[in-house]
Amino acid sequence: MKRLPTTLAAVLALAFAGFALPQQAAAEPLRIILTDPVIEPVPIAIPSLLAETPEAARFAEEITRLIAADLVGTGLFREIGPEAFISRVTSFDSPVQYADWKAINAQALITGAVAVGGDGRLSVKFRLFDIFSDAPLGEGLQFGGTTESWRRMAHKVADAVYSRITGEGGYFDSRVVYVAETGPKDARQKRIAIMDQDGANVQYLTDSASIVLAPRFSPDGARMLYTSYETGNPSIYLMDIASLQRRQVASDLTSMTFSPRFSPDGARVVYSISQGGNTDLWMQDLAGGLPVRLTNAPSIETAPSFSPDGSQLVFESDRSGNQQLYVMPVSGGEPRRISFGPGRYGTPVWSPRGDYIAFTNQNQGRFHIGVMRTDGSEERLLTASFLDEGPTWAPNGRVLMFNRETSGAGGEAALYSVDISGRNLRRIPTETGGSDPSWGPLLP
Amino acid sequence: MTHPLIKALLIVAALGLSACANPDRFGGAGGAGGIDTGGLGSPSDPRSVAYFNQTIGDRVLFAVDQSTLSPEAQQILTQQAAWLSQSTEYSALIEGHADEQGTREYNLALGERRANAVREFLISQGVAGTRLRTISYGKERPIEICSDESCYSRNRRAVTVLTAGAGV
Repeated sequence: MKRLPTTLAAVLALAFAGFALPQQAAAEPLRIILTDPVIEPVPIAIPSLLAETPEAARFAEEITRLIAADLVGTGLFREIGPEAFISRVTSFDSPVQYADWKAINAQALITGAVAVGGDGRLSVKFRLFDIFSDAPLGEGLQFGGTTESWRRMAHKVADAVYSRITGEGGYFDSRVVYVAETGPKDARQKRIAIMDQDGANVQYLTDSASIVLAPRFSPDGARMLYTSYETGNPSIYLMDIASLQRRQVASDLTSMTFSPRFSPDGARVVYSISQGGNTDLWMQDLAGGLPVRLTNAPSIETAPSFSPDGSQLVFESDRSGNQQLYVMPVSGGEPRRISFGPGRYGTPVWSPRGDYIAFTNQNQGRFHIGVMRTDGSEERLLTASFLDEGPTWAPNGRVLMFNRETSGAGGEAALYSVDISGRNLRRIPTETGGSDPSWGPLLP
Repeated sequence: MTHPLIKALLIVAALGLSACANPDRFGGAGGAGGIDTGGLGSPSDPRSVAYFNQTIGDRVLFAVDQSTLSPEAQQILTQQAAWLSQSTEYSALIEGHADEQGTREYNLALGERRANAVREFLISQGVAGTRLRTISYGKERPIEICSDESCYSRNRRAVTVLTAGAGV
């Protein structure tokens, strides 16, 4: 597997040369509150980044377009086309003509420049301006890396802009592991694949010789857990993503192990063992040792997920007669049911921020992705379709990715994302069908 | 009674199971080696594999989200048990399956429940547990691909797949 040889050695604060900042009473500072019930997209101007060296020309335009695609793709921004521009940006350090950008009603402006150094390395720098405050928003930043990693540098710029305007963490420079699906429903081939969160740079990590299911990123993004049928019986594997080296974590010829998830420190795995018609939760130290049993009930207990502090688990159980969500201390104790709406609830995932639990709800032949507070309150269903399933959280805990399957003989699985407000449902472009996404951390 | 060649074919078929696109289509078009069903004996020969698969029936079906065995399923399994008691040179892998209306992990657990319900019933009819293994495919291996009850009802199944050898 090709690994990006990127050390995005970043982040020089650029000197504020030449900015005379008139201290006017600003209208309203540039800010998007993601929890607002209605968000009017912010008009943003993104003039083409300047190519400061001849070799940079071919990257400048592509990086500009990708920054714009990231930001507009959130549904939070509306790009003002260059045909409306009054000012032309001719130098990265020349002063911004706020009046010219106000005149076209741009609330935000990104300026930037791209250069390829003598060592062949690419550098991308940018500044963000709050036009109606007549002021830059944050300091200028510069990112450096290989030319191969130009997409990552564009995502870094977009992450910084998103983060400054929303006050939330970014998520564009991150990756997703998922199951790539090809072929008809009754002869479906599955491979585990990894891609950038926008669907670019797909690489396949397994072949399709056996069924593979539900890869789960480690918290540091270097490893993944998944379930494979390669020995005949489903069992859990741990793979190092860079080297593709892997080993079985839990296996037993007489039982099935599946539905693994890492603890927040990456040291332990919680998963299900099915034996004799009964499925319970177990936990195992990845460094070795015997699995510890966490539940002991005649019902199905599966799909566990840790709280970000590692102290609790949310999982699904049909102990009440059908699938519902429960929360339990990792140290043991009685599980507490948190789902009480109509239908069945499964695949709970604790937000990396700890504030919500995402889930799949199945009711009257329809499937929904939803979120609720960790005590089960404030439940919201975000999507509805024939089959929506398996949410995973963006690193900032504000966007979910999941898989949607269409019905019928020609049914196909695809990856979608949606904000936790229910806004901005989007299909992620992938070269094959896709299911079981697991969103990794923001890359360093 | 079983011809050695038939036994060899069965072993090939059993080895092909993991790579087979439709593992429960034993000897059918999905088999890795293109095994001919005719090689399994005649459906009218009560000691043949074809008799087990076709005349008795190699599978039982389940209601939505259930693993209890209907009277009809129990009747089929009673005959499967009788056949297995006669043909001790075979063991069986019981595959549990679910329809597509359900989440992936839950359906894996549900398929295991169904396979185990069949295994327990066969044991109750005198088949040694050492001859009966189970596996769940959840919703991963539908045989019918439409999205309505006519297909779902046939996908909610447990299939008893015969393998040569007396078990573990």
